[in-house]
Amino acid sequence: MNLLAKALKAWFYLGALLAVALTPAAYANGDMPGGPKVNQLDFPAPATKIMEEIHWLNWFMIVICAIIFVGVFGVMFYSILKHRKSKGAKAASFHESTTVEIIWTVIPLIIVIAMALPATKTVVAMKDTTNSDITIKTTGYQWKWGYDYIKGQGEGISFISTLSTPREQVNNLAPKSLTYLMEVDNEMVVPVNKKIRIITTANDVIHAWAVPAFGVKQDAIPGFVRDTWFKAEKIGTFRGQCSELCGAQHAFMPIVVKVVSAEDYSKWVDAKKKEMAGNADDPSKTYTLDEQKERGVKVYAANCAACHQANGKGAGAFPAMEGSKVVLGPKEAHYQILLNGKNAMPKWSGVLSDGELAAVMTYTRNSWGNKTGEVIQTQDFVTARTVTK
Amino acid sequence: MSTISTTHDSVHDHAHDQPHGWRRWLFATNHKDIGTMYLIFSFVSLLAGGVMALGIRLELFQPGLQYFRPEFFNQLTTMHGLVMVFGAIMPAFVGFANWMIPLQIGAADMAFARMNNLSFWILPVAAALLFGSFLVPGGAPAGGWTLYAPLSLQMGPGMDLAIFAIHLLGASSIMGSINIIVTILNMRAPGMTLMKMPMFCWTWLITAYLLIAVMPVLAGVITMVLTDRHFGTTFFSAVGGGDPVMFQHIFWFFGHPEVYIMILPAFGIISEIVPAFSRKTLFGYSSMVYATSSIAILSFIVWAHHMFTTGMPVTGQLFFMYATMLIAVPTGVKIFNWVATMWRGSMTFETPMLWAIGFIFVFTMGGFTGLILAMAPIDIGLQDTYYVVAHFHYVLVAGSLFAMFAGFYFWCPKWTGRMANDARGKIHFWGSLIFFNLTFFPMHFLGLAGMPRRYADYPTQFTDFNMIASVSALGFGVMQVYFLLFVVLPAYRGQGVKASDCPWDGAKGLEWTIPSPAPFHTFETPPQVDFDALMHPSNSPTHAH
Repeated sequence: MNLLAKALKAWFYLGALLAVALTPAAYANGDMPGGPKVNQLDFPAPATKIMEEIHWLNWFMIVICAIIFVGVFGVMFYSILKHRKSKGAKAASFHESTTVEIIWTVIPLIIVIAMALPATKTVVAMKDTTNSDITIKTTGYQWKWGYDYIKGQGEGISFISTLSTPREQVNNLAPKSLTYLMEVDNEMVVPVNKKIRIITTANDVIHAWAVPAFGVKQDAIPGFVRDTWFKAEKIGTFRGQCSELCGAQHAFMPIVVKVVSAEDYSKWVDAKKKEMAGNADDPSKTYTLDEQKERGVKVYAANCAACHQANGKGAGAFPAMEGSKVVLGPKEAHYQILLNGKNAMPKWSGVLSDGELAAVMTYTRNSWGNKTGEVIQTQDFVTARTVTK
Repeated sequence: MSTISTTHDSVHDHAHDQPHGWRRWLFATNHKDIGTMYLIFSFVSLLAGGVMALGIRLELFQPGLQYFRPEFFNQLTTMHGLVMVFGAIMPAFVGFANWMIPLQIGAADMAFARMNNLSFWILPVAAALLFGSFLVPGGAPAGGWTLYAPLSLQMGPGMDLAIFAIHLLGASSIMGSINIIVTILNMRAPGMTLMKMPMFCWTWLITAYLLIAVMPVLAGVITMVLTDRHFGTTFFSAVGGGDPVMFQHIFWFFGHPEVYIMILPAFGIISEIVPAFSRKTLFGYSSMVYATSSIAILSFIVWAHHMFTTGMPVTGQLFFMYATMLIAVPTGVKIFNWVATMWRGSMTFETPMLWAIGFIFVFTMGGFTGLILAMAPIDIGLQDTYYVVAHFHYVLVAGSLFAMFAGFYFWCPKWTGRMANDARGKIHFWGSLIFFNLTFFPMHFLGLAGMPRRYADYPTQFTDFNMIASVSALGFGVMQVYFLLFVVLPAYRGQGVKASDCPWDGAKGLEWTIPSPAPFHTFETPPQVDFDALMHPSNSPTHAH
């Protein structure tokens, strides 16, 4: 006992030492709206019928398992207490009973079948993606999500959804918000009580699109399409995270779905369509250096800073932009690497528009210590693409 | 009985004498020496993998990125998995097999003694390749121990090193398995029919068949990754008509039997220890054999339960869900048999028995979460979350590792000639059990709340449970260092109580008929034993089944 006390004491000091050695990260303490609660113990509150069923199934399993657990280990611990040599127990000699063996094979079999039956119903329901009101294609990129509304109200809407948590919070230079790592610049917006079919695919490696409150998790596989569905019954914001290891920034590509009323959805669709029309790049337009840099800094923060860092100095395997041979070298090579990628650098053609590419290229060529003074125009990328082909 | 080996030593010429110095180990053909080398290798791997685990837990102690960049964090998770599976657990069980199978069946050595040497000495080479991957540009593989394509196609040359390492480890496993199968089938003492064989030999016989069946499948799939990476094939790239999901199908066709490769020998060890300390014969011996075989056969038809979120057709999901749940039945039979063995026994609780009971208790919890994960709808909520991490650590740490600790304390007298210190063994047991549960139990909550696995950073709401897990993981690691320094080394240095030939009064079997420590050569002439009398001494000598 003395030894135990000593061990505990040593342990306490070690813990205290550790606590001092590790500077505490500053963060807001509280439940995340639409995300996990502080020290949450169970699945998130369901926002769909499917998730309600999953909740029920989980508790149904926990209760059955707990009963078996108590039964089996009740017998074992009774035996441990009563049938010990120190209490004078003499060992019995029985070591076989076909009847008993059959009983404890058949009863578990029946229990397992009883468990499988309700699960079957839910599996069939989860796989039924027919008769959807709206179909949205979600594309996984390293490391962001692309949403294309391809059928139903809002058809034609298309945007990229990227983590909006500032890097300073990740690097412990700023206090972390309540929605740390589970907030995006452009949320997926869907109407309440409508069946939404999600088609998943990916551009590079496998990702998984997941929203726990909906009971949805579907791998997004490059070159293939898969589908799943949900019908949210609550208005609100629901959050999830990429759930298949997809490389370095796997933890930094969350999913946020905003469920709104039918009217609000119509309003959002109209606004989004207007915004897209406004954003459409006119290749004939010529921008100034400052205009391009202003747009470019946003594109850079959302797409490039994860690897090359906001200060342009790169990190580890990811090269610095400042003083880079590609960034300061001939434009032709720079177009190619942006459009087609190279090694760990993804292909940005099809992800970013020509206007965005021109802006971010201008930004990198005229930021930090780089001062080429060159302004890249949308038309330059239109031309570069034809060269590529 | 105990004099057989010693009397025979003198009759043989010097070729059979014990070699000395480094030659004894480099050119080892003796099953006991090779077994010891396997165990040392796997313990070093356990510590190396443990240091990586502590690196992971250090980064996850708090939200935010503190110590490692995410790319290095991913290398740690990947290498932790590979090292623990291929470097720690699998070689450790082969070490147990090398030591104990010849002693348990009354064979002089393993069937292919020189191949045995080769299958061990491949391991350090493979380990050098695997650890060397940290030093090449781009670092170690970072795509998870499952090496899923196409992510594994993006990795640097570290991935190629890992692929070669796994090839070598696979070759070693296959050679080891062939050796074990031939030894068991051909070299049993006269009178020891298969159905009179110790359970540990049975579980290893079945495991060896599983290994031979699936290691080539793993070798195949990583070779396909290799050719995709360097030789222009497109097995896993849709651009050339391949399919990334095919990687997962092939990988898990290996991977699921692999799970049982890592647990069946553990079942065998527990089936030796529980009867010994209950002073009763194992209940339902033949049903144990059938249950083990059923688990092995079922393990080939459940692989896609690792892939419920890939988007299988509904019939596929249902089939794999049902087949998986079916495994609960034979596994349950095993648990019930162990409990029935304890029932009305005359139990004592020396360290091996504590570990065995700890194993049954905690492994069953991992079994239940396995059953819950088998339900496809629940799995879709839990796939790739910390719930899965909790589940497989409950079956691999509290399962395989705890059973090996039980086996060490049980057979340590035979290996070293000394009793492992019982008081220290109990500290090791209780410390490990408590820290293990404090580390991994909170991960169930994290998983339910949605924290994905393989994340270098997490939302702040998950902080408290991660802190508990990190601090406890350190405690668990410290307990294993304690085990090495204060239990293992003293026993090997000859400190502690000298062990008699059979230090456990309830232990049965041929290994307890030879001296402790086991002499260099044992059973050079097959022992003549009445196995019924040996295994059931409480019954009359004329007892018949």
